[in-house]
Amino acid sequence: MDAENLTVITGTVGQDSHTIGVSLLSRFLKENGFNVVELRGLTPPEDFISAARETDAAAILVSSLYGMGEMDLAGFKDKCTEAGLGNVLLYVGGYLKIGRHDWKEDEAVFKKLGFDRVYPPGVELDEVLKDLRSDLGKR
Amino acid sequence: MEQVKFLVDLGSTFTKVAAVDMEGERILGRSQAYSTVDTDVMAGLLEAMEEARKQVGLAAVAREDVVACSSAAGGLKMVCVGLVPDLSLKAGELAALGAGAKLYQCFSYELNRADLSAIKAVSPDIILLVGGTDGGNRDVALHNARMLASSDIRSIVVAACNRVAQEEVESLLQAAGKPVRLADNVMPEIGRLEVESSRRVIRDVFVTNIVKAKGMDKVMGVVSEVVMPTPTAVLNAARLLSEGVGEEPGLGEIMVVDVGGATTDVHSVATGHPVEGALMKNLLPEPYVKRTVEGDLGVRHNLDTLLILGESKGILDKQDIEEARSSLNPKTLPQSGPQRLLDMKLARIASEVAVERHVGRLEDWYGPSGRMLVQKGKDLRRIPSVIGTGGAIVFARDPKMVLEGVLFDKKAPNLLKPESPRFYVDNRYILYAIGLLGNSAPEKALRIGKQYLQAL
Repeated sequence: MDAENLTVITGTVGQDSHTIGVSLLSRFLKENGFNVVELRGLTPPEDFISAARETDAAAILVSSLYGMGEMDLAGFKDKCTEAGLGNVLLYVGGYLKIGRHDWKEDEAVFKKLGFDRVYPPGVELDEVLKDLRSDLGKR
Repeated sequence: MEQVKFLVDLGSTFTKVAAVDMEGERILGRSQAYSTVDTDVMAGLLEAMEEARKQVGLAAVAREDVVACSSAAGGLKMVCVGLVPDLSLKAGELAALGAGAKLYQCFSYELNRADLSAIKAVSPDIILLVGGTDGGNRDVALHNARMLASSDIRSIVVAACNRVAQEEVESLLQAAGKPVRLADNVMPEIGRLEVESSRRVIRDVFVTNIVKAKGMDKVMGVVSEVVMPTPTAVLNAARLLSEGVGEEPGLGEIMVVDVGGATTDVHSVATGHPVEGALMKNLLPEPYVKRTVEGDLGVRHNLDTLLILGESKGILDKQDIEEARSSLNPKTLPQSGPQRLLDMKLARIASEVAVERHVGRLEDWYGPSGRMLVQKGKDLRRIPSVIGTGGAIVFARDPKMVLEGVLFDKKAPNLLKPESPRFYVDNRYILYAIGLLGNSAPEKALRIGKQYLQAL
């Protein structure tokens, strides 16, 4: 799948301003041919959707490292569907919930929220890129 | 006396003329006459020109020495068609207002048949078609172009949408015999606002097409050029007075409040960046030169809004409201003392509310790290100068009382209004003239402006 001309949206959601991870990811995706719209820190969920509509984005990649992701992203997939973005890929990654627990629980929760891929903190960028190319290829 | 320039504002209510001695940088005369635009714009123009000519003491006025701006015949009527309300449509709205338009309606997403009827009812001079970042969404702009092409709407379309879609938009409209002009995308990428190109194209369309279309070609027998819509002239003046030119310094960041019979305009030439560590998180940046128009705040038309706001703010009492309802209509000029006071109160409400809507605001966000201040829009608390213009301020007995409506209010500290600006009044009614002169002789225009604006 040729990434040329494909746009993806990145940013940290809600009150989260930990942008180092999402900046690294954005840079990596740009180096690999994607057109990346970086919304950076403190991005309201609705802004991801507005930006995706205006740019015809293929995927939205949300980062959350402060444990409040579940609250911030409740209903996110529904909002996307309502906005005509039902086909846009949704990825999320980071410290998605507070406290020590099995990461598999996080994955289940966010898959249920409608995210196509859910990543733990410290995921390899190559893995995300590989998934993104493969998921986009299926569309 | 070397050269006298006559600067005309073909207004919807009054036609105004200012005669300026370009060598001495003095105003030699000014006059105004009722515009009779419904019948013929010429009558008012000839009357005002004749009066100004007499004041100056010239035998005749050469056409080359007369330039005009115009808001006659409804001004520059526009609608904006865009994609996402907070993004491209907002960018289009800012571009249209900055080009001096009277913006009637905005349409987001795909146009439908009902929208087309609404546009037809407005019958705008220009439709600004925007939507999609460069390389982003093109379907909506194309759909909207197709809808406009299939309609019997004759307005000129200025397409400032996704660059990739522009050629197709152009050919779709041209094939249907619709006039179309292209401009750079108003929002080429998320977070970038590019309004200059569409402002230029809109102004060019105004000069070449609209003036003629409004049956104003007769004006050209007296006036060499109608160069811009009046609000653009005022905006140009604000920019010139703020920034200065060449050796001539400006006044720094500036706000202009223009209270009129039908609308209240607010212009700011300022960055509006946060001053005390508030976080600015806007999808779209605020334009450095920003104009907002409040179509519901006029001291004659749509009076009901002002009366309701005035009562809730405690500026008007029951008696004022009765008086306003019974005695004010679009043609009334205040006669008695009490009527003048009432007029001043109305203007005060208009300036207060219009500036509240123009400036940015602080919002509290509560998160895991506690309270956070987020700024939406421009912080204008530190702005050093505010200029008042428009009949309701210029002719007020106490213009300062009207202008104090723009001030920061401790009871609403989240509204980022000016805290302690210096007030000026355009009491010779020359801002538009400065904006017009600014085109050809900016330094002279600036000096004249600084000389004739009255500091309060």
